[in-house]
Amino acid sequence: MLDCSANPAGQAIAGMSSERIIQVERDILGKNDRLAADNRARFQADAVLAFNLVSSPGAGKTSLLVRAVSELKDSFPIGVIEGDQQTSNDAERIRATGVAAIQVNTGKGCHLDAAMVGQAYDRLPWLNGGILFIENVGNLVCPAAFDLGEACKIVVFSTTEGEDKPLKYPDMFAAASLMLINKIDLAPVLDFDLAKTVEYARRVNPGIEVMTVSARTGEGFSAFYAWIRRRWAKLKQAEMAAQG
Amino acid sequence: MHEMALCEGIIGIVEEEARKRSFSKVNVVCLEIGALSHVAPEAMKFCFEAVAARTIAKGARLEIVETPGTAWCMACSESVEIKQRYEPCPTCGGYQLQVTGGEEMRVRELEVD
Repeated sequence: MLDCSANPAGQAIAGMSSERIIQVERDILGKNDRLAADNRARFQADAVLAFNLVSSPGAGKTSLLVRAVSELKDSFPIGVIEGDQQTSNDAERIRATGVAAIQVNTGKGCHLDAAMVGQAYDRLPWLNGGILFIENVGNLVCPAAFDLGEACKIVVFSTTEGEDKPLKYPDMFAAASLMLINKIDLAPVLDFDLAKTVEYARRVNPGIEVMTVSARTGEGFSAFYAWIRRRWAKLKQAEMAAQG
Repeated sequence: MHEMALCEGIIGIVEEEARKRSFSKVNVVCLEIGALSHVAPEAMKFCFEAVAARTIAKGARLEIVETPGTAWCMACSESVEIKQRYEPCPTCGGYQLQVTGGEEMRVRELEVD
């Protein structure tokens, strides 16, 4: 059906210029946002808590995940979606722990989008009541704009990066609920200024939660797991409330 | 370069509108881009030309209307204008700001034949 009734400028009139202005008023990311809403509904139906991990390349997202999924896999069903431009190295590192992982290669793409995550989720085993970790492409710019349907974004920042990174890449730090400061075991040799980093992060996002961890030594992970368990309990509570 | 993906989104919208409202040529695509959105307007223009090349929007001009960034300052209890996310409140100098506007990335209107 071709419905032109909503056309504010009307159809071209014979003999007059056919040029017209059409009011559109549509979000550029509308399609991605609709697909993200579909993902979110599926995660909710499966009672799955989904996290979108973002960072610059080399901050240690995969090492952090390898440790986390190894130590959480006996408590929750866990799945991982790995985003990289090329290679399946990261998914293989996760699978070596015994946890299911799907690698998404974005090719030239600099971020995961909601369609990719929906397709990857189809290929994971059923995570009923479990946790989905989505490791985004290492990039502090583009992934900020693309909702994947996650419960929240976790930004991983490492002590080897400059303290002012939250100011340089404010969109990402503004979009994240939790900042994990990784490689904290290296802080003493780096003259890393933790207080300054946190201050900068809270300038762009006053509500961001902050934790320090070391994927190498395991320092700080128990607090991270406690945070995950709190989020998970909240999800369960909401689910029970919804069921009455 | 997520501007590439955003431009593909714009072309998708233009093509859908072309089917719905039956036009075959686009002269101008007008966008509304917030000062605090995820877009560099110059990069957007560069990518648009490349992405539009083999579509109905080929040769169309991209016009970008930039909307200001606004935030609610919790300390001042008032709405203020900011240019960047890391800027302090222009009144009190604090950072207790909640962004309320300027994150838009929209196709506002099209000039078509």
